Amino acid sequence: MDIVVCMKQMPDLQQIRIKDRKPILENVPLVWGDLDKNAIEEAALIKEKVGEAKITVVAKGSDKLQQGILEPLAMGADEAVLLTDPAFEGSDSMGTAKVLAKAIEKIGAYDLVILGEGSTDNYSGLVGSALAELLNLPEITYVRELNVENGKVTAVRNMEESFEVVEANLPVVITVAQEINEPRLPKFMAIRKAGAKPRHEWGPADIGLSADEVGENAASVDMLSNLAPEQDRKNIILEGDLDEKIDALVDALIKEGVLGR
Amino acid sequence: MSEILVFCDKDETAFELVSKSREFAKELGATVSAALLGNGAAGKADDYFSYGADRVYVSEHSVLSDFYVATYADALQQIAEGEDVEFVLLGSTKRGKELAGRLAQKLNAGAITDANDVRVSDGNLVADRYAYGGNTLASVAVNTPKKVISVMPRTFEAGLREAKEGEVVNVDLDLKDPEVRVVERRDKAGDEVNLDEAEMLLCVGRGVQNKEDLEMIEELADLIGAEIGCTKTPASDWEWFSEERMVGLSGKKCKPSLYISIGISGQIQHTVGVMDSKIIATINTDENALMFNITDYGIVGDYAVVVPKLVEKLKSLG
Ligand SMILES: Cc1cc2nc3c(=O)[nH]c(=O)nc-3n(C[C@H](O)[C@H](O)[C@H](O)COP(=O)(O)OP(=O)(O)OC[C@H]3O[C@@H](n4cnc5c(N)ncnc54)[C@H](O)[C@@H]3O)c2cc1C
Ligand SMILES: Nc1ncnc2c1ncn2[C@@H]1O[C@H](COP(=O)(O)O)[C@@H](O)[C@H]1O
Repeated sequence: MDIVVCMKQMPDLQQIRIKDRKPILENVPLVWGDLDKNAIEEAALIKEKVGEAKITVVAKGSDKLQQGILEPLAMGADEAVLLTDPAFEGSDSMGTAKVLAKAIEKIGAYDLVILGEGSTDNYSGLVGSALAELLNLPEITYVRELNVENGKVTAVRNMEESFEVVEANLPVVITVAQEINEPRLPKFMAIRKAGAKPRHEWGPADIGLSADEVGENAASVDMLSNLAPEQDRKNIILEGDLDEKIDALVDALIKEGVLGR
Repeated sequence: MSEILVFCDKDETAFELVSKSREFAKELGATVSAALLGNGAAGKADDYFSYGADRVYVSEHSVLSDFYVATYADALQQIAEGEDVEFVLLGSTKRGKELAGRLAQKLNAGAITDANDVRVSDGNLVADRYAYGGNTLASVAVNTPKKVISVMPRTFEAGLREAKEGEVVNVDLDLKDPEVRVVERRDKAGDEVNLDEAEMLLCVGRGVQNKEDLEMIEELADLIGAEIGCTKTPASDWEWFSEERMVGLSGKKCKPSLYISIGISGQIQHTVGVMDSKIIATINTDENALMFNITDYGIVGDYAVVVPKLVEKLKSLG
């Protein structure tokens, strides 16, 4: 069985500082999308269960991917395709889907394509669906339980008012929810071995696209502004023994007019 | 004349979008239409007219009885392509979001999801949505001929209803059988709550590890007249609460007068949902928790000790 996992690397959102309402991204370490780690974990679990499987990770991002990709490779991926060409920069979600689709078509063999239900930074939820449409595949989104057997998948989807149990034949695009599994922390030895696994770097030409069909040039969404909302908090930590803290809190909340009205 | 087409799997959200689209339509010189799909669609036409739709497209095609995203995307493509439709406004429900990507791809359109405001600017619709996980709010606009925007439920109010006539177009759709079959649907515990309207909100996070402790937290909530909300784990993993009570990027956006966080670290995907609170109070054992950065009044301490004391104090005040 051939499994493709799409993963996005991004700045660690908890470490972004805001200056003059603008996000400061310099020196912020890059991390993998939370749900993308669930996606690779699920692929690894399926492989452990079915025995024969090949997992390929596809990631579009900066040249920092060359280092970062060791983590998913150590978590169980067999091979990686990195789309690091600067021409890809600045794409919107639909543009990302187009590039991923072309790369996956080039990989050629895919029974399962697994993504996160949303990227940790954008959470647009567009890439999985657009990719499924481009590859002309069925899709099952928001998956919290997945079972693959005899060319068929059964999945439990987490919808607003119900859990929906669905089935489909392979190949299929899956997007996973965070509760589907607990991503493993790769062991030191696994990370060392990951360095020897095959990695490919493809630019636009390698996947049959021209430079003006990708990246910012082809973006169908324009960003007009992107600023942090204004936050003005008092940041008071109440001091003293517990009784004093409680008294101070209740007093403060009454004075603010939010308690005891 | 350009046309704004509204669709949502939840009629209440569609009504909000139809009402608001009337305003957009006036500014853009456009008309407003809605797609009504699936069982019982035809019977809803008058409701949609009453909120301001000029036209409804109706199909009760048998394959639309279960919502399968590719089938619905196919249906909406056939409706959106035949006419002057420039804007497709969807509700940003889970189904609406998955629909957005598939439909936009079919229409060669750019797409925006999870808009929490939309307005007219220079003959186009500009939407606000969170970026960097909620660190920033981006204003974005689609630049393709057709534009797909999914808007968060309750972003706009459904306006007053007026008895109004409109055009019913019964569409003859060419649809395939869904490739994904629904085997079973397990309803979640129905929990009717509108956290987005709560005046007082108390949220529990992963720091509250014992379900029995919810009792003291409920007592506190009762005393101050608060609704209880939560972060992701208590809803999605522990299933202590329905997702109706999850607050944050993928949950509810609230603007209470008072928000108290209990055992919550303050990661942006949660705090984006409470940013607009008037006053934020926090109880957390870790003095370095990010939550304290956006807190007005904080207590460093174990909730299991702090909450009962707080309850006692409030009771003493009567
Ligand atoms: C795409 C995406 C969307 C997401 N959407 C949402 C969303 O909408 N809403 C949401 O909430 N999350 C969301 N998340 C998850 C989010 O990133 C965080 O994982 C989550 O908010 C953390 O929850 P928490 O603060 O409860 O848990 P933790 O981060 O584990 O924090 C627990 C806190 O409890 C404190 N604590 C421990 N014991 C005690 C004690 N005895 N007394 C007091 N304090 C104690 C700890 O010091 C710690 O600060 C999303 C994630 C992703 C990737
Ligand atoms: N640059 C990227 N490279 C690889 N996969 C991506 C990329 N961007 C998004 N994805 C995948 O698409 C999913 C949904 O992203 P989004 O549509 O941005 O919410 C993510 O969870 C990833 O699995």
